[in-house]
Amino acid sequence: MTVQVVTGNHAAGYALSAAGEANRTARGAACGIYPITPQTEIVEYVARFPFSKARIVPVESEHSAMAVSIGASLAGARAFTASSSNGLAYMTENVMVAGYYRLPIVMVAVNRTLGPPWNIWADQGDTLMLRDFAWLQFYCESNQEVLDTTLLAFRLAEDRRILLPVLTCMDAFIVSHTQTETTLPEQALVDSYLPDLQLPHRLRYDEARTIGGMVWPHEDLSQRLEIDEAMKRVPDVYQECRQSFRDVFGRDPGDVIQTDGTDDADTVLVATGTMATTAREVVRKRRAAGEKIGLIKIKMFRPFPAAAIREACGSARRVAVLDRNYAAGSGGVFWQDTRAAFQGHRNDVLIQNYLTGLCGEDVTPSVIDQILADLASREVAGDPVWMGIETGKETLQ
Amino acid sequence: MNATAPLQKSDSCLLRPGNTNCGGCGMSVGLTMLGRALAEANDSCSLVIPACCGIVTAGAFPTTSYGVPTIAATFASSPAVASGYASVRDLNDEPGQVICWAGDGGTYDIGLATLSGAAERNENIIYICYDNEIYGNTGGQRSSATPIGARTTTTPTGKSEAKKNIMAIMTAHGIPYAATLSMAHPEDFSRKLATALSMTGMRFLLMHSPCPTGWKSEPEDTVELVRIAVASGLFPVYEVFDGARYRVTVEPDGSDPAEYFHRQRRFKDEDIDLDATRRSCVDRIHRLRMLAREYPV
Repeated sequence: MTVQVVTGNHAAGYALSAAGEANRTARGAACGIYPITPQTEIVEYVARFPFSKARIVPVESEHSAMAVSIGASLAGARAFTASSSNGLAYMTENVMVAGYYRLPIVMVAVNRTLGPPWNIWADQGDTLMLRDFAWLQFYCESNQEVLDTTLLAFRLAEDRRILLPVLTCMDAFIVSHTQTETTLPEQALVDSYLPDLQLPHRLRYDEARTIGGMVWPHEDLSQRLEIDEAMKRVPDVYQECRQSFRDVFGRDPGDVIQTDGTDDADTVLVATGTMATTAREVVRKRRAAGEKIGLIKIKMFRPFPAAAIREACGSARRVAVLDRNYAAGSGGVFWQDTRAAFQGHRNDVLIQNYLTGLCGEDVTPSVIDQILADLASREVAGDPVWMGIETGKETLQ
Repeated sequence: MNATAPLQKSDSCLLRPGNTNCGGCGMSVGLTMLGRALAEANDSCSLVIPACCGIVTAGAFPTTSYGVPTIAATFASSPAVASGYASVRDLNDEPGQVICWAGDGGTYDIGLATLSGAAERNENIIYICYDNEIYGNTGGQRSSATPIGARTTTTPTGKSEAKKNIMAIMTAHGIPYAATLSMAHPEDFSRKLATALSMTGMRFLLMHSPCPTGWKSEPEDTVELVRIAVASGLFPVYEVFDGARYRVTVEPDGSDPAEYFHRQRRFKDEDIDLDATRRSCVDRIHRLRMLAREYPV
């Protein structure tokens, strides 16, 4: 293993390429690629990688990038791509197809604000828009986590008990363009972690099957139920993939939720991505000063780890959910699902939503402090609160 | 009609009996001709079909009317899905053609950018458009392949714009082979299929495909209609190699196109300018003859 100072995009490109190369002893790798800021460096990395058995197709749109990957996956190759923001919006129809065709495609997404107006900075609204499409979703906070989770994603997606595509997400620029020390595993290790892909339902040239034609309602329903069953198997299979990862690479790719100080906390912050990094610093500092606060970082968003989150909250009575996204007319997406996780289980927890860091705003330690102060002052939960907005304050209030 | 029935390499039954396609459907004849051409060439294929009558033809799971591996692609995606699928075939040195089978909506309209991308990359696929000049599967709306004057559910008083020249667009990509197909000339049709099967790279075939349901024509007139279309110059039958070398493969005999319109109730006399149509037929064939003379095969 070599430790290099690389960007999050480099780490993602490395992981996708190494996974594709690892399938050279089977049916190879193939995918469609298309540029969009801030993920372009990922597909550039893939395009210049010296694969032994692969075809990288530089297509004319994101919609076709996913379509090429779908065709390649149906033919039994390892397939992947990367995108961001409006690119994901344009790709959406075929994103849905990959899920319903049960194809183990891995996509890295760099979370960028959806336009208009045009804004290249971090916001999770793009991938959360795809939340209901039979894809697994992981949110990462560091370059190493991006690399490790992307490799793990292939193993998980291709497991016969799962056979669903996986989306690995990182915050625009804060991760994608920031260089940090990252351990890049040798190809031989990736080869041993990712066995040859044997897609059981791949199409064979000498077998007359029709994939994706018309079905009657009950047939379609049974396919949806199978997806639900596969989703329910994810938490256990994830732990197996995580253990294998530790065995092969000697590193922990991280649990589906990660906690700090929640055991005795009466106040818990729930955060994702790089917001969790900042929140963790605040939590550790304030715990050292004697405050009983904790942090839950949600790494896996689909399937949603409701029971794990509920359990991790322990006896805490106040929960602040930080959302770097806004579902217009409702609130933050992580808040919606976190609140639903408690429904019918506990009604003594005050769960308040804070919309922060949207459209690329920074979530600084002082923003976290403001959130904690607001939470402490509340008797009951209210509507989602916009927090840490430096501009347009007058119109927001 | 089991969905997983083993496929004989020389299976001429690409479109199986028992499908529910309309009587007089041009697309069904095209599929049968394609199956025969593959059998004669001792070749096989996989089909990639976007939203269109072609995928409805398969019927409902778990049965299928297709005797070959078939993928349903989203409306705009068949050339891209085929690009990925054919890439993996080539990576693994496997036999068989990858053929997109698409209607005019998926070709001229929603899938045009995808088709252009695949053509520009010279993907190793065959793309066949069965052009029935209408969104037939949804009940007959106009597409950019609908001819001027035709009444559809979205052009109730007749379409005011001319049909898009998709062959000019595709040949402009400089692809190895582009040709038009008429089932009124089955020898020519079969020869062009054989030519396409013998080549590699992007091959585009455009088939004039009557839809009695949408055209409001009699099913037994299907072949006669496309025969008149060729004879009059409404639908010239030709082929283009590398986007540069032209050959008119069936010469029009100067027949009057009026009969073509009279036999279809999608056309009303008051919506059709026959003199302008006659002039455009002469123009169209003159242009092609000139290209074939100046840039012969």
